[in-house]
Amino acid sequence: MKNFSALFKKEIKSYFVSPIAYVLICVFLVICGYFFYRDLLYFSFLSLQAGYDSSLQSSVNINELILRPLFSNMSFILLFLVPLLTMRIFSEEKKLGTLELLLSYPVRDVEVIMGKFAASLVVLLVALGITSIFPIILFILGEPEAGPIICGYLGLILMSVAFIFVGMLFSSLTENQIIAATATFGALLLFWAIGWSSAFAPGVLGKLLAQLSAFNHFSSFARGVINTSDLTFYINLSLFFLFLTAKSLQARAWKG
Amino acid sequence: MIKVEGLTKYYGPVRGIEDVSFTVKEGETVGLLGPNAAGKTTTMRILTCLFPPTRGKAEVAGLSVVEKPLQVKKLIGYLPETTPLYLDMTVSSYLGFVAEIKGIRYKNKKEKIKQVMQTCGIENVRERIIGKLSKGYRQRVGLAQALLNNPPVLILDEPTIGLDPKQTFEFRQLIRGMRGKRTIILSTHILPEVSMTCQRVIIINKGKIVAQDTPYNLASQLQKSNRIYLQIEGHVDEVTKGISGIQGIMGIKPGKRIAQNTFEYIVETEKNINLTKEIASFVVNSGWGLLEMRPLSMGLEDVFVNLVTEEKVAEEKEK
Repeated sequence: MKNFSALFKKEIKSYFVSPIAYVLICVFLVICGYFFYRDLLYFSFLSLQAGYDSSLQSSVNINELILRPLFSNMSFILLFLVPLLTMRIFSEEKKLGTLELLLSYPVRDVEVIMGKFAASLVVLLVALGITSIFPIILFILGEPEAGPIICGYLGLILMSVAFIFVGMLFSSLTENQIIAATATFGALLLFWAIGWSSAFAPGVLGKLLAQLSAFNHFSSFARGVINTSDLTFYINLSLFFLFLTAKSLQARAWKG
Repeated sequence: MIKVEGLTKYYGPVRGIEDVSFTVKEGETVGLLGPNAAGKTTTMRILTCLFPPTRGKAEVAGLSVVEKPLQVKKLIGYLPETTPLYLDMTVSSYLGFVAEIKGIRYKNKKEKIKQVMQTCGIENVRERIIGKLSKGYRQRVGLAQALLNNPPVLILDEPTIGLDPKQTFEFRQLIRGMRGKRTIILSTHILPEVSMTCQRVIIINKGKIVAQDTPYNLASQLQKSNRIYLQIEGHVDEVTKGISGIQGIMGIKPGKRIAQNTFEYIVETEKNINLTKEIASFVVNSGWGLLEMRPLSMGLEDVFVNLVTEEKVAEEKEK
């Protein structure tokens, strides 16, 4: 536990002493802010129309029209940003040779992985935390439901955890940060889009593809529904990639 | 303190080291000597539990590196060859991180860090960013992190590479100062470094141990004959002829001319016989002038070249 906290503190420092964390968080917020603004404008436009046309009134819902697309958009932006956040985690240490020294200290591999993971997660949590200003604005202006908002954030956090572990695996495989980022991005995009072909794929294969899709499993969170199958998907994805990362670090035993 | 038996490491089909065995007593400073890619770093990495050996045993203080890596790592201070440090941290925050990860208690942390900073002479750069430090200072920070938590064993991989002569000298002084207090293994391919800092040398070439002994013994063992350096005033031919007549002399070679009638000579005598007295009295009795006389010993450099080339010859014979 002590080793974990030492590593965690060191990693957090290196994120926040350098501009890395600020740039990532800032870019994330600017794009999210833009999407929020667009959805808000669209919502107020629809509200005005509904004032004249009563048949539209039932479809004007803050949660459905602003928050649900906002959560989807945030998850999509994470797809781009997480690879940039995780690419340095092991690649940089491998290139500098500091990993060799780090592993010569009395630490377990899993402590190293979890310390670095937690620090990256904190960066994303800070970013997601600041976006809570959007629902707060909505609470001031209108009456959105709290349940779906909490649910959406839960989905985003689960997804961040899984994405970071995917990124860590690729970072542990190479000492080149660009390769790590590209491979992570490719893998995440594939996990995102794999469900799109499920409608056309026959039988079991179609079901399998739909179940593997990170997007499908997120969309119910964005709607405000917590399914155990979605929860287990993200937890399993995280554990699987954690396991692979641990194996990849151990591979030095036979790779040298 | 350190016991290595039949250690073998293959990287896929490539041989790192093969059948390396040696022991290091507590408080001893041992030099691993060898050309590049001889297997020095591989040996050290196995000792620091980075990866297990393919075959063989390695123990530190009776603990196997394969079975008890965490305990072994607690006993070892390691400085890898390239001095890898986190370049974006300040010296004191870096040492703070290492102290924590090495499990130093919070209340002792400041004092211990201060101690190693003093030992390594880096107090004046404590708030500087490591990336901005010179190579010499980085090397000292590297040594400081290895010394934190007072490990009984120090493993230093080519610690003086890239230092200027003054820094090298200071670094060696630092290591000599720790003699007896810590068990030190250091690798190098700089020969004078070994004779200056180490009590014992292990010479590795192509993954195998070629020789191990004290620098002095190695030199004398490998010497096939004793050599004596002489400066004699007298006629060259007469001196050469006269001295080669003494019993036990294998050869004499006149060297540079020093003054009008004075020459240098190198005399080879049979091993284990000391003929200095006989030569001296012969020269004096013949009426020549004996200006200088001293035994020539083989330096480590000669030993090293000898061993490495002997290997080659043996290999060629095998083929």
